[in-house]
Amino acid sequence: MQAFEYIPATTVKEAIAILAREGEQARVLSGGTDLIVQLREGRRKVRAVIDIKQIPEVNELSYDPATGLQIGAAVPCYRIYGSPAIAAAYPGLIDAVSLIGGVQIQGRATLGGNLCNSSPAADSIPALIAHQASALVMGENGERRIPIEEFCIAPGRTQLQRGEILLSIHIPPVSPYSGGAYLRFIPRNEMDIAVVGVGAWVALDQSGTTITAARIALGAVAPTPLYVPESGAGLIGKLVSSETVAEAATIAQAAARPITDMRGSAQQRSHLVGVLTRRALHIALKRAGYKSA
Amino acid sequence: MANKTAVQATINGEDVEFLCEPHQSLLEVLRDVLRLTGTKEGCNNGNCGACNVILDGVLVNSCLVLGVEAQGKRITTIEGIAPPHGLHPLQQKFLEHAALQCGICTPGFIISAKALLDHKPHPSEHEVRHWLAGNLCRCTGYDKIVRAVLDAADVMAVEVSK
Ligand SMILES: Cc1cc2nc3c(=O)[nH]c(=O)nc-3n(C[C@H](O)[C@H](O)[C@H](O)COP(=O)(O)OP(=O)(O)OC[C@H]3O[C@@H](n4cnc5c(N)ncnc54)[C@H](O)[C@@H]3O)c2cc1C
Ligand code: FES
Ligand code: FES
Repeated sequence: MQAFEYIPATTVKEAIAILAREGEQARVLSGGTDLIVQLREGRRKVRAVIDIKQIPEVNELSYDPATGLQIGAAVPCYRIYGSPAIAAAYPGLIDAVSLIGGVQIQGRATLGGNLCNSSPAADSIPALIAHQASALVMGENGERRIPIEEFCIAPGRTQLQRGEILLSIHIPPVSPYSGGAYLRFIPRNEMDIAVVGVGAWVALDQSGTTITAARIALGAVAPTPLYVPESGAGLIGKLVSSETVAEAATIAQAAARPITDMRGSAQQRSHLVGVLTRRALHIALKRAGYKSA
Repeated sequence: MANKTAVQATINGEDVEFLCEPHQSLLEVLRDVLRLTGTKEGCNNGNCGACNVILDGVLVNSCLVLGVEAQGKRITTIEGIAPPHGLHPLQQKFLEHAALQCGICTPGFIISAKALLDHKPHPSEHEVRHWLAGNLCRCTGYDKIVRAVLDAADVMAVEVSK
């Protein structure tokens, strides 16, 4: 592997100061499951690697039914699904977190790293967008909050400016009669990169039959994870039925801009968007308390 | 280039100090610096599990951890699995079930299985298969490995109840 300086930062301020000074020459190390591979393969060149795992704030994981879920940027996946309260409240997030790599990847990999690596196929991002999550970012001039759907701007590139670090991800409290789901298609059962991923989230009225809000986001069908507001908007005020779900899936298909590569053709991806959107919506509806007749 | 860093860690219950460069992986440190060559290198990119170790109770790929990140940590490698005399039930059952052929994947599988049984002493077959999905084996076809792990779990349950 290329030589670099290893800096175990102990405060956010220290990490920001190094990032501001070194710019592209420094990179944050969280779980390292993307970064170490990229450094080894020479896909990224850096002079300094800033380990953030000793900074207390970014290791915090807290859930409060009144304020929602806060996931520090350095919290590995296994801690998220290892919390029974979080797993019960956000099963749609858990869908994504528990299929990133295998168990040993989940021992290290973080949602912060998944987000900042900005792969079009990153599994957690469509799930986070569907759950209306936001990123808390800090730089020399203070903090700002970015909706997850705006965070990634190109493959491997994010909204983060020179000297900025991701501190945490926040998901709003669970509203009554709501539910989320994430599904992906891969050619094998485990350990592969999504050909297509779909995150869905819905809320129902008290009767559990009419949709009051919905959010759909897609992975691996555009240069960045893709939020499709019109797909969710089309569901609002509708009675739950296979037809309404199918309409939302058709809208999602129209928004996708898939390419053909070694993992799948554009045509297959477009087909998968339809299938997975329908399935993810059905699961989300069920979790929201909808009982099919 | 970069200076060597002194790192203190507890490896298989023993306090050790080693020198390594920041870009050396924990896998390289274990094998090349500490001469603990039981941990294997397969893919060197997180896909095969041959390099798996347990780091502060968590299963990880040592090829995706820097040696310097081991500072202050507890690490269990395949060398730390067997009791002073004899074999760990997992090792014994791998032998009895012929769950290895060439053997390069075996340390990784045993470490993964150990981490599973530490965390869940009575896994179902599905749980064993899911947990071992990050370990690749080109020889056995996996079935014998799964049987060996399930059998070891039974034996360990009996030992605990004794
Ligand atoms: C075998 C294998 C299987 C995988 N399977 C999947 C999969 O199924 N699905 C999937 O989506 N991904 C998968 N990945 C990719 C990877 O594991 C995930 O993207 C993971 O979530 C990255 O998190 P990390 O903490 O390891 O990130 P790191 O490697 O530490 O960081 C990733 C990038 O983000 C930057 N970064 C990290 N944290 C911050 C921060 N707080 N502020 C600013 N920048 C930051 C880093 O500088 C780096 O560029 C896999 C990887 C491997 C090796
Ligand atoms: S050598 Fe580490 S996973 Fe293959
Ligand atoms: S026994 Fe040869 S790879 Fe598993």
